[in-house]
Amino acid sequence: MESDIPATGGGMTGAAAGLEIYVHIPFCVKKCAYCDFLSGPAPLPLQRQYVSALCCEIQAAAEAARETAAETGEPAIESARPAAGPVTSIFIGGGTPSILPEDLPEQILEKIKQTFTVAPDAEITIEANPGTLSKEKLISYRKSGINRLSIGLQSPKDRELAILGRIHTWKDFEFGYDAARSAGFDNINIDLMFAIPRQTPAVWRENLETVAAFSPEHISAYSLIIEEGTPFAEQELDLPDEDEEYAMYEDTYRILREAGYHQYEISNYARPGRECRHNTGYWTRADYLGFGIGAASLYQETRFRNTRNLQVYLDTFSDRPDKNLLQKVRRDRQVLSRQDSMAEYMFLGLRLRQGISREGFRKAFGRELEEVYGPVLKKYLNMSLLEEKDGWIRLTRPGIHVSNTIMSDFL
Amino acid sequence: MTDQSRIRNFCIIAHIDHGKSTLADRIIEKTGLLTEREMQAQILDNMDLERERGITIKSQAVRIIYKAKDGEEYIFNLIDTPGHVDFNYEVSRSLAACDGALLVVDAAQGIEAQTLANVYMALDHDLDVLPIINKIDLPSADPQRVINEIEDVIGLEAQDAPQISAKTGQNIEEVLEQIVAKIPAPKGDPDAPFKALIFDSVYDSYKGVIVFFRVMDGSVRKGTPILMMATGFSTEVVEVGYFGAGQFIPCEELSAGMVGYLTASIKNVRDTRVGDTITNSQNPCREPLPGYKKVNPMVYCGMYPADGAKYPDLRDALEKLQLNDASLFYEPETSVALGFGFRCGFLGLLHLEIIQERLEREYNLDLVTTAPSVIYKVHKTNGEVIDLTNPTNLPDPSEIEYMEEPIVSAEIMVTTEFIGAIMDLCQERRGQYLGMEYMEETRAVLKYRLPLNEIIYDFFDALKSRSRGYASLDYELAGYERSDLVKLDILVNKEEVDALSFIVHGGTAYERGRRMCEKLKDEIPRQLFEIPIQAAIGSKIIARETVKAMRKDVLAKCYGGDITRKKKLLEKQKEGKKRMRQVGNVEIPQKAFMSVLKLDDK
Repeated sequence: MESDIPATGGGMTGAAAGLEIYVHIPFCVKKCAYCDFLSGPAPLPLQRQYVSALCCEIQAAAEAARETAAETGEPAIESARPAAGPVTSIFIGGGTPSILPEDLPEQILEKIKQTFTVAPDAEITIEANPGTLSKEKLISYRKSGINRLSIGLQSPKDRELAILGRIHTWKDFEFGYDAARSAGFDNINIDLMFAIPRQTPAVWRENLETVAAFSPEHISAYSLIIEEGTPFAEQELDLPDEDEEYAMYEDTYRILREAGYHQYEISNYARPGRECRHNTGYWTRADYLGFGIGAASLYQETRFRNTRNLQVYLDTFSDRPDKNLLQKVRRDRQVLSRQDSMAEYMFLGLRLRQGISREGFRKAFGRELEEVYGPVLKKYLNMSLLEEKDGWIRLTRPGIHVSNTIMSDFL
Repeated sequence: MTDQSRIRNFCIIAHIDHGKSTLADRIIEKTGLLTEREMQAQILDNMDLERERGITIKSQAVRIIYKAKDGEEYIFNLIDTPGHVDFNYEVSRSLAACDGALLVVDAAQGIEAQTLANVYMALDHDLDVLPIINKIDLPSADPQRVINEIEDVIGLEAQDAPQISAKTGQNIEEVLEQIVAKIPAPKGDPDAPFKALIFDSVYDSYKGVIVFFRVMDGSVRKGTPILMMATGFSTEVVEVGYFGAGQFIPCEELSAGMVGYLTASIKNVRDTRVGDTITNSQNPCREPLPGYKKVNPMVYCGMYPADGAKYPDLRDALEKLQLNDASLFYEPETSVALGFGFRCGFLGLLHLEIIQERLEREYNLDLVTTAPSVIYKVHKTNGEVIDLTNPTNLPDPSEIEYMEEPIVSAEIMVTTEFIGAIMDLCQERRGQYLGMEYMEETRAVLKYRLPLNEIIYDFFDALKSRSRGYASLDYELAGYERSDLVKLDILVNKEEVDALSFIVHGGTAYERGRRMCEKLKDEIPRQLFEIPIQAAIGSKIIARETVKAMRKDVLAKCYGGDITRKKKLLEKQKEGKKRMRQVGNVEIPQKAFMSVLKLDDK
C-alpha cells in the first residue's frame, strides 16, 4: 500500500524557478513551554513599528534583488515594479502572526506586491493561533490575498494544551476553524504535536482521528523536542519512551493515510495536490528571502540570516528603504560551495517522501549521483533504509526513523 | 682536583609518597645552591608528569657544596632514582653509582614493600644505608615504632636516625651532618685507567646525548677518546661537567669518585645504555663494571592515533621520546580496526601509562591504546619458538605445541587484617603461594609466584582497593612457565575486532569474555541495526551480548527555512561519528577499546 508517492511532475519536483518569501512576526501572546523560536509578547505600538520596518526591508531587498538580477543577467524584468523571478509563495510565520491587527498583514502583503512580482497563483499562508482568530481578521486575510491558513492547534485536548502552555482551548479552535471555512479558506493546515508529556499512543491516535474528522487539507505532525533554554528543559517531564514515540509516528502515517492524507515529508501530510508549496521549496532548495528578525534566506547559493536583535532591526529600517541597509542586519553569510549544495540537496531532498531523483541531481549539478554519493547510497540501499524506484531514491519507512544518521552521512 | 675524602655520593630511597623529592629539595635549599625563590617545588622532578604523580621517572643528579660543622667543605652528589618497580634496573644502576643511601621512611606508615626491596638492593650494592624518619609533623607520626621496625625488619641501627620533616625543614641539618659522618667517601684509584658507570642519559637537541656517569677510577676530560664497553660505541669527549640545580656546569676534568656528565656528539641514546661502562679507548680498563644488562620491555600494547592522519605525528613523537628513553620500544603495526599505529614495548604498566600521557600532553596526540600484553613464548609443532607480543599474531592452534608465559615473584606487604583479602586476590589471579613472613605483629610480607599477565591490567588497583590502600607490591621476573593459554577474540557484528583480541588463561577465559561483552555492550551506541557482541575462543562462542538497533533518530520538527540549524545538528552527529572506528558496518567509539582494559572497576 505504498500509494503515497505523488505523481512526478506535480508541484514538488526540482527547485522551483521562482522566489519564495518568508516574513517573520516575532510576537505572541505568551511563550509556550516548549518554544525556542524567536518570539515574545509586545505592545501594539511596537508591533506597528516592526511592520513598518518590515516594509522598509522588503522594499530595500526588492531593489537589491533587481540589481543582482540585472548583474547576473537573469531574465530581464518588465516595467518598474518587478524583481527577480516571480514570487511563487509567501509565508507569514512566527511567533503568532495572527496576533497582529488585521491591517498589518495587509500592509506587508501590499508592500510585497508593490515591490516584487507575485505570481497570480502564489500560495500565501499565514500562521494563526486559535486563541487569536476572529471573523473580521479572517475575512480581512482573504481580502489581502491570503489563501492558506496554518492553524497551530497542537492538541485537541485541553489538558495537553495546558501542559504545553498554549493560550487557547479546543473550543477556540472549533470556532476559528469554522470561521475560516466561512471566510472562504479552502486550504487549511493544522499543526499537531505528539510525544507530549504523559501522552500515550492511544491518546495520540484519538487526537489524530479527532482532527482528521475536520478534514483540513493539510496536517503537520511534529514530535515535541525539548530544546535548551525552554521551560521544558528545566523540568522533569514524563515523556513517552522511544518505542512509544516510534509507535506514534507509525500510527500517524497509518491513520492519516486511511483518512485520505498522504505523507509527502517527514512531518507533513496532505490531501493530493495540497502539499505546502512554500515548505516544499525549502526541501528542494528554491531561492527564498526571509524578512524580519531571525529570518533565514537562501539566495543564489548563499545562506544568511537576519539579526535576532529587535532593536538593531528597528533602528536600521526606521527611515527610508535603502539596499545598503540590508548588510547591517544580515548575519552568518555563508556562500555555499558546490560540495555544500550537493550535501543540502541530498539531506533536504530525502526529507521528502518522493526522495531525490538521479535525473534531478544531474540537472542541478551536472554530475552523476552515483559518482558523488555512490558508496553511501549503496550502504543504505543494502541495509534497506533507502529504496530506489524508477530513478528516485527515498527513505524506506524504517529509514525515516533513523533519518538523521543517514542524512549526516551525506555531509 | 678535589680530594676524594670530601666527596659524598649518595641517593635517596623511599616508597612513593614518603617524601624523597621533598627531602632532596630541602637539602638543595639548605646548602644554599638556590635561594628559596629560585626553588620551584621539587627541583629534581623535571617533568610536569613527575610532579603531578609524585614519582620520579628519570634519574637525576645534582652537586651541592656543604660546609660542615667541622669547618670543611664537602661535595655532595645526590642521585635521585626512579621510584617504581618498573624502573628497577635503573634504580640498581643509580645505586651502583653511589657509596651510600638515605632511606626515607614515613613516620606514620612505616616500611613498605618497595622500601624493603630498595633497601635490599642498596645493601646488595654494599651501600651504607642511613635511615631517616620523615613526616614527624604528622599527627599520626609514630617515630619510635618506625625506628623499631627498621631495626627489626631490616636490621639497620636506627636509634640515632634523624627525625625530620622535609616539608617544614625541621632537622635537615642533622641529615647533612650524618651524610658527612656516615656515608663513606669514594675510594677510586685516580691513576688507574678511566672507568665510569653510566646511570642515565638524556638527549639534547644541541649537544646530542648527555651521558650521566660516576667516575670509578682514573679521569676524563675534553678530548679523551672513550669507549662504551657493552655497546662498543667509541667517540671523543666534547665536554665534561657536573650538575648544578637544573643546569649543566662544564668543568676541566672529572676524576675518580666524581659524578658528572659528558657530551660527545652522540646521536642515539641507544649507544649509551644505562649500566654500561665507559673507558678510555686508548688506555682501557681491564674489565667492565659488573651488573650491566640490556633491559627489555615486559609489556606491549598497540598505540594508534585517534585521527588516522596523525600517524606521522605519533611516529615523530615516539622517536623523540625514545631519544631519552632507551627502554621504550616501538615498531609499526597495522590493525584492521584501528588502522596504522605502533606496537610499543614498555618496562611495565606505569611506564606505559607515562609514555601514553606524555604523548597525549606533550605532543597533543589523541590515542587509542589496545589491551597490554606480555611476551608469550609460543612453541610451535615444527620446533620453532616465537616471542609473541601481539595476540593477533598467534599462529593457528594446530601449529602450536604449547605456550609459556612470564612469571614474576612478588612480595606484597600488607597489614594482617587484609591478609585474607589479598590472598583471595592472588588466588583469583592464579598466584602460587610461596610463604609469608611477619615483620611485626600487625604486618606481614606475602610471597607469591604470579603470572605477569595477571598483574599488568588492574592488579595494583585491586590490591589497593582490597587493602584500603595499605598493601604495597614489589616484583621481579622469575622466568617462564608452561601454561594453558588461549586467545580470546571479540566479534562485533560477527566480525573479529583484532584490536580487542587478547591472550588469557583457559580457566578465566569465560569470565573475562563475558565481562568484555557486557562492557562493550555499554560502550557501543545503538546503531541502525542490531549488533551481536561475541567472545570466542577459536570458533567457539563463549559469551554474547546484543546492542539493540536504534529505533529513532529523526528530527520531526520544523525549523522553517532555517536549514543552517538543521545542518548544524547533522554536522554534530557527523563529528560524533569521527570519534568512532569503523569495523565492518559498526562504529565503535574509541573509548570502547580502552574501557575493556579495566574490567574490574565496578
